[in-house]
Amino acid sequence: MASNPSQKAAKRRRALLLYIPMTIFAAIFIFPLIFMFVSSLKPDAQILADVDNVRALLPVGDLSLDNYAGVFDRVPFWRFLFNSVLVTVLIVGLGLLVNSLAGFALSRMEWKGRKVLLTLIIATLIVPFETIAVPMVYWVSKLPTLVFEDGLLKYDFGWLNTYEVMIVPFIANAFSIFLFTQYFSTIPTSIDEAARIDGAGWFSIYWRVVVPLAGPAFATVAILTFLPAWNAYLWPLMVVQQESMRPVMVGMQYFFQLNTAWGEVMAYTSLITLPVLLVFLVFQRAFVSSIASSGVKG
Amino acid sequence: MKRTGQALAAMAVVTALALSACGRAGESDGTTAADGPTEVTLWTHSAGNPAELEVYTQIMEDFNASQDDYEVVSESFPQGAYNDAIVAAATSGDLPCLLDMDGPIVPNWAWAGYIQPLGISSDITDELLPTAVGIWDDEVYSAGYWDAALAMFARQSVLEANDIRIPTVDDPWTKDEFDSALRTLKAAGYDTPLDIGAEDSGEWWPYAYSPLLQSFGGDLIDRSTYLTADGALNGPEAVAWGEWFQGLFTEGLASNTGTIGNEEFNRDEVALSYTGVWNALGSLDAVGDDLVILPPPDLGQGPKIGGGSWQWGISSSCSGAALDGARAYLEFSFDPEYVAAFADKQIVIPATEEGTALSEYFSEGGVLQPFTELTQFAVLRPETPAYAVISTTFETAAMDIMNGADVQETLDQAVKDIDADIANNDGYGF
Repeated sequence: MASNPSQKAAKRRRALLLYIPMTIFAAIFIFPLIFMFVSSLKPDAQILADVDNVRALLPVGDLSLDNYAGVFDRVPFWRFLFNSVLVTVLIVGLGLLVNSLAGFALSRMEWKGRKVLLTLIIATLIVPFETIAVPMVYWVSKLPTLVFEDGLLKYDFGWLNTYEVMIVPFIANAFSIFLFTQYFSTIPTSIDEAARIDGAGWFSIYWRVVVPLAGPAFATVAILTFLPAWNAYLWPLMVVQQESMRPVMVGMQYFFQLNTAWGEVMAYTSLITLPVLLVFLVFQRAFVSSIASSGVKG
Repeated sequence: MKRTGQALAAMAVVTALALSACGRAGESDGTTAADGPTEVTLWTHSAGNPAELEVYTQIMEDFNASQDDYEVVSESFPQGAYNDAIVAAATSGDLPCLLDMDGPIVPNWAWAGYIQPLGISSDITDELLPTAVGIWDDEVYSAGYWDAALAMFARQSVLEANDIRIPTVDDPWTKDEFDSALRTLKAAGYDTPLDIGAEDSGEWWPYAYSPLLQSFGGDLIDRSTYLTADGALNGPEAVAWGEWFQGLFTEGLASNTGTIGNEEFNRDEVALSYTGVWNALGSLDAVGDDLVILPPPDLGQGPKIGGGSWQWGISSSCSGAALDGARAYLEFSFDPEYVAAFADKQIVIPATEEGTALSEYFSEGGVLQPFTELTQFAVLRPETPAYAVISTTFETAAMDIMNGADVQETLDQAVKDIDADIANNDGYGF
């Protein structure tokens, strides 16, 4: 049935009323990004001169890519980027596997003490990382590791200046386990029973039944794990002393000297924000649906 | 399932046996260390600072090429992350032999056992500016190639146009003259005539503003005992400083907004800038011959500026041949040519007379030579392990005062916090 003109006008008014606040909020969130990208093209003096007026958001004045050239002169950017990508991908990938398996065991397998264990895992959430960082440095510096020396596999002690020290402590994550446990609990257990009648073992039930039904939970955990892994600063700073092992966030400090090179800061932040934006754009649909279904935002 | 478990257990046993047979890394021969030069590890805070790194790289290359006994290998860290990296490395027992450090932290690191007495020839350390040498418990723990200095930057034409006397090192502005100059400049149209750098944070606050407190007659701690800040940081002189400092902001003579650096002065948005030597070349480019470098005002007890900057030390874990190598490297590095190169690349004041004579900017007739005269006003930040807490406590108190807090109450609280820290650490050995 076709709507009459007055209904159409009312619909347009409602849409307009909705779009005005949406536009304002979108602008508030996008202004810092525009400022960052635009400033990355300006010399320092112009950034500071424009900062208190609308020119700060406009690509006007003496524009160039000099700041980007400065970034590549000042820091080994591609090395830092490689380190961050490697560490983040492994933390997210291994974290999804380990934490979902833990969540599966806690939510769907009957065994003594699982509720107590879940409570203990959740209790660890109240301990801020900063309070355990220094003891953890001492601890990882004493852990055994394997090294190749003179063509032989040997053991040694100390994980400092390795990739594993940036990855392994962050694979198991209490909040991710809790989230998987909660989400898996919403999937009817009758499916497990049907699968077991068909001869499936626990891992088959996990892999073939539960995982395909838990897409939103995996997407949510992926987001929540990706951002802190990408933004990691304190831990890599403490455990990695070699420049060749540093991630992008530690690299940010290179630009804060006695006089901060603001143009280069903006160029560097633009470069390290692009991968995050790219990930978000590619997985936008999955992210939005995961937020809608899980009620958790990153 | 049972079979899988047995297989895994067997693999674990085989792996353990294989590794036991192979032994621990680094223990099998040891020929590399015995046959080659001894490695001396060095950490700097210079990552992201190409000018500074260039000089260090040159010194290390020259040293390594000058002899066959030692090889210095370096790792650089960004300054903002450096102290955290050092503390973490000390925790894990992974400090390098040579490390640089900001002057005020030297007593704390010496007291904490991170560093050992420097042990290089006193012929070198005796020639340095007193503020370029770090002393704790009557022993030299660190030495640096340079120091920095703060000054008042102004335009001669602006001062003359407003009938303001141009002060000299021998005849600096008095407090009344300085206050009057600020009010005159505000009336002349400068919204906030003085850029005092209050938009910055961290160590800048005690470095820049505790000399003003000292010029009033106060101090960060009672230096006769180093056991209390009572009387020094909350006495009548300190309160007078706090009220004056607060007045700069309430009267609109200085601002706590703006951008870090000297851009507002370079664009003539402020008439005076209280800033460091490192900004001088930029301002010379912007202002030209009109730039005048003035001493800070005499607020009662003479002009004062902060002293003590980045210096070199040797970690406590450095020993044997590596320790000899570290000392040999340091003695090599204090060559006047390197001291001058460092000063001219980094725009800081050379720590030796010979280095100054070789400097393009700081030698007699050099454009930045006035800064060398200001070092006579330098006061070291308190040489106590408590300084780490004094620094952050003073920053918090001064920021609160700037934002309108009651001066006496704020300084009393700061004294309580500092004294509590000293008491908790049994007086830090004093």
